[in-house]
Amino acid sequence: MPFIPHTEEDVAEMLASIGAKSIDELFDEIPADLKTGKLTQVPPGLSEMEISRLMYERAQQDGFYLSFIGAGAYEHHIPAAVWQITTRGEFYSSYTPYQAEASQGTLQLLYEYQTMMASLTGMDVSNASLYDGASALAEAALMAVRQHRTSRRILVPQTVHPVYRNVMRTIVRNQAIEVVEVPYDPATGQVAIDTLDQFAQEEFAALIIPQPNFFGVLEQVDALTDWAHDKQSLAVAVVNPVSLAMLKPPGEWGRRGADIAVGEGQPLGIPLSSGGPYFGFMTCKQELVRQMPGRIIGRTTDLEGKEGFALTLQAREQHIRRSKATSNICTNQGLMVTAATIYMSLLGPEGLYRVAAHSHANTVALIEQLEKLPGVKKAFHSPFFHEAALQLSVPADKVLNRLKAQGVLGGVLLENHYPDLKNTLLVCATETKTAEDLDKYTEVLRQALAASA
Amino acid sequence: MLIFEHSRKNRRNYSQAPATRPAKNNIPDNLKRKSTLLLPEVSEMDTVRHYTRLSQKNFSIDTEFYPLGSCTMKYNPRACNSLAMLPQFLSRHPLAPEDTGQGFLACMYELQEILKDVTGMAAVSLTSMAGAQGELIGITMIRAYHEAHGDTERTEIIIPDAAHGTNPATAVMCGYKVIEIPTNRDGDVDMDALKAAVGPKTAGLMLTNPSTLGVFEKKVAEMSRIVHAAGGLLYYDGANLNAVLGKVKPGDMGFDVIHMNLHKTFSTPHGGGGPGAAPVGVGERLLPYLPVPIVAHEQGVYRWLTEKDRPQTIGRLSAHMGNAGVLLRAYIYVRLLGAEGMHRISEYATLNANYLMAELRKLGFEIAYPNRRASHEFIVTMKEIKDRTGVTAMNLAKRLLDKGFHAPTTYFPLLVPECLLIEPAETESKETLDRFVAAMKEILDEIATQPDMVKAAPHDMPLRKIDDVKAARELDLVWDPAG
Amino acid sequence: MSVPVELKYTESHEWVRLEADGGVTVGITQHAQELLGDMVFVQLPDVGRTLAQREDCAVVESVKAASDIYAPLGGEVIAVNSEVETSPEKINEDCYTAWLFKLKPANAGEIDGLLDASGYQKLLDSEAH
Repeated sequence: MPFIPHTEEDVAEMLASIGAKSIDELFDEIPADLKTGKLTQVPPGLSEMEISRLMYERAQQDGFYLSFIGAGAYEHHIPAAVWQITTRGEFYSSYTPYQAEASQGTLQLLYEYQTMMASLTGMDVSNASLYDGASALAEAALMAVRQHRTSRRILVPQTVHPVYRNVMRTIVRNQAIEVVEVPYDPATGQVAIDTLDQFAQEEFAALIIPQPNFFGVLEQVDALTDWAHDKQSLAVAVVNPVSLAMLKPPGEWGRRGADIAVGEGQPLGIPLSSGGPYFGFMTCKQELVRQMPGRIIGRTTDLEGKEGFALTLQAREQHIRRSKATSNICTNQGLMVTAATIYMSLLGPEGLYRVAAHSHANTVALIEQLEKLPGVKKAFHSPFFHEAALQLSVPADKVLNRLKAQGVLGGVLLENHYPDLKNTLLVCATETKTAEDLDKYTEVLRQALAASA
Repeated sequence: MLIFEHSRKNRRNYSQAPATRPAKNNIPDNLKRKSTLLLPEVSEMDTVRHYTRLSQKNFSIDTEFYPLGSCTMKYNPRACNSLAMLPQFLSRHPLAPEDTGQGFLACMYELQEILKDVTGMAAVSLTSMAGAQGELIGITMIRAYHEAHGDTERTEIIIPDAAHGTNPATAVMCGYKVIEIPTNRDGDVDMDALKAAVGPKTAGLMLTNPSTLGVFEKKVAEMSRIVHAAGGLLYYDGANLNAVLGKVKPGDMGFDVIHMNLHKTFSTPHGGGGPGAAPVGVGERLLPYLPVPIVAHEQGVYRWLTEKDRPQTIGRLSAHMGNAGVLLRAYIYVRLLGAEGMHRISEYATLNANYLMAELRKLGFEIAYPNRRASHEFIVTMKEIKDRTGVTAMNLAKRLLDKGFHAPTTYFPLLVPECLLIEPAETESKETLDRFVAAMKEILDEIATQPDMVKAAPHDMPLRKIDDVKAARELDLVWDPAG
Repeated sequence: MSVPVELKYTESHEWVRLEADGGVTVGITQHAQELLGDMVFVQLPDVGRTLAQREDCAVVESVKAASDIYAPLGGEVIAVNSEVETSPEKINEDCYTAWLFKLKPANAGEIDGLLDASGYQKLLDSEAH
């Protein structure tokens, strides 16, 4: 029996101990008319060899592409050690560290993770992770409303990832929290302070500030943070963790720094994997720590004064506080954080800087090359990190299909989320791309444009 | 020792990151990072050693019996991991065109179909990333349903007091008031209290069945009728689905929506606390509101259904499609087991639980619901032992660690004093269960002869009892290099 | 179990002392303190806030539990004990000295509806069974 070790003799002895005649008898408390559970759509079992063959075939069907897609999930090199250690059974098959003495490995790792994330974002404290970047933003909005007390409105620029905005609305709407969107400046692809000033007379619990924003563009984060603080709103940063090796961290934005920083942790050693599992990170100022959702690890000692680690501030959480918890969240994304912590350890500050700087430099180089092609221009004239929007003179969906036929995934269409941005591609080249890759993209795009013209 | 304490300035791993700093840098000066970044500077070997050593300080399914009640800590087959980590699956970008992911999407579609069969529901969305998020989706859909029917006076969600804390927390996150109803002496929901609680304000009922008390809610069909008659909907918390897999289907019990924890019933890894995955199934009533994306199979092609296909959807809950890699593992697991193997899960999980309950009862442990069958888990209460000797459930839990067993869930559910919620799972052999029973007997003897020793446990772990009061009073959440 | 006779009590385990100036001082009882265990955090209402009787207005937290504190009487918060905010363990040391907040009752008559020491003792006895 797959994954069931019982011999017939075992079963007989166990039933005798229970005093039951059959396993079926153990289900005698279930009313007979409810016993309709027989599975009819599940195929017969496969051996490991058979399922391996099936999965190899399906993987092969999907194949490999030279991808220039970013838009919230980024291809970076992941050192071999990261997942070899992460998938050790002791990390892979343990659970939430409720029994601290039997979970010091996971607990210490999470404390190290919290330290790394706090430094990366320039904030005081970090939790042990949330589900993903989008849901982390929703949790930050709820946290800001709890902290602010008087306003139940959140101001969100349209330069924030469109799906993050969708997820945030889905989650906060239930609590009668209003999400107000701020349009972007079509020339710069940024939120303009002038535009924000239209909202100056209204009260908001928080302003969300993306850096880089969904277009890859760098926002004027100091001015935005101060604008929020000047009107007693919280400043909530949504950031790419790899970019923070190069970019000013949220804790240093403006006069006082952002209050909460969240983002998608995937770039830190997590494979793209069709969208998950990733992890969301959340860091904040010390004074907000009790409003933070999710697990938090503290360093302490044991009875004999030896250093040790434990879940702390648990009274915020659902298993104790029930209906008055800061959030319903129970698990974090422990295994993903394990990978991210090992990734950051292997790269160190200089390694992470180089990953960020090469991703930036590659995208700058690619955009310079592509801009020279006839019918291609940058959509926005602003500095960017490792992603940029390019406007084409021909139907972009057809161009993407031609690129795909050459084995190149050329980016994502912005029109689906931004109807004004017709025939505009969002393009990203991380450190994984070589000069030859950039040349290949340039060449196939040249051909595709010529064919589409 | 922390990884930071292994750090030496300018030590680097030369193979894992780009070899140089690039020449091009167009970042404006006022947006550049000037402060130092506190990441360790350690060699690859030091990193590997450090985290390998840390892993060895964990108990895990791969190393110990882990009867953590309500968590279904069963063996995680290795093939599920290695096949989900095939390089094509790992490298696939979530926004890559659908025609470059037909192999992956086929797995997702088939998983949806299998989960529909398992739950008896009309449709399934795979997007939810954890049980608590599944609950959030379910209650948000119930809200959307009532709103779509102009039924805005329904402000209450009814929840039995035995429920997981996530249930009331979720209801409140969705803007509802929680009406808690009590449990009777046999562990069933108090039907009179339920009848008194339902009314025109009832938006829905959240029920876990088998309940967290380790028993099957016998009057579930009647509960379903009562709540539906009052205009409310029924939410099934599938945390304990392992106990009834292939026996009952929540859809047949009258439920409108269910989440199932794949990291429990479908053996995806718990990973030290996530990632989970908790697909949500719905009946016809809630079908229009199901969150996107959902995989469709049309003319031989798989594609994602989005807001365009599903205008009444409650929206999205993750940036992409949820925890795809976890879903792949669950898919592989189901295909390995097949229909027959899936039926066996609940049978052997129930056999193991009832055997362990019988053996512990023979040793003199008090069973909280002695007149009931165990589902896949059961509760021992230490109240009498504590009153007599001062030894608590937590003391016993820590002593079990000394003996090489992970502790059962302690102090949950909250309504049974000094409780241990024990769930052995179907993948454990009789010998392992017998060793656990022997350890419990030893501890019982120790409580009689040297209770203070038991109270001071653990003794043989890398650390003695952790001072969690200090952890909460003197918050130290981030390492400070200045000490 | 210590139940001082000079105090009044609520069914949610707060004690109440009527002061000479007409104000009332509020804390949690020995029973509540023992049930919660080692206190790690206390959150008190803002001074000046007006509370309705039985409104939840403060939280005491131990490692394993958190408990809401309800206003025994309606009225305005006129003082809070910042000492228990910085050293919550004071509540474990002496819960009848480590008060939480003081109220100026809106309706002094409400105090007559609270339990006296013997009534509270009866409540404890009944909860024990």
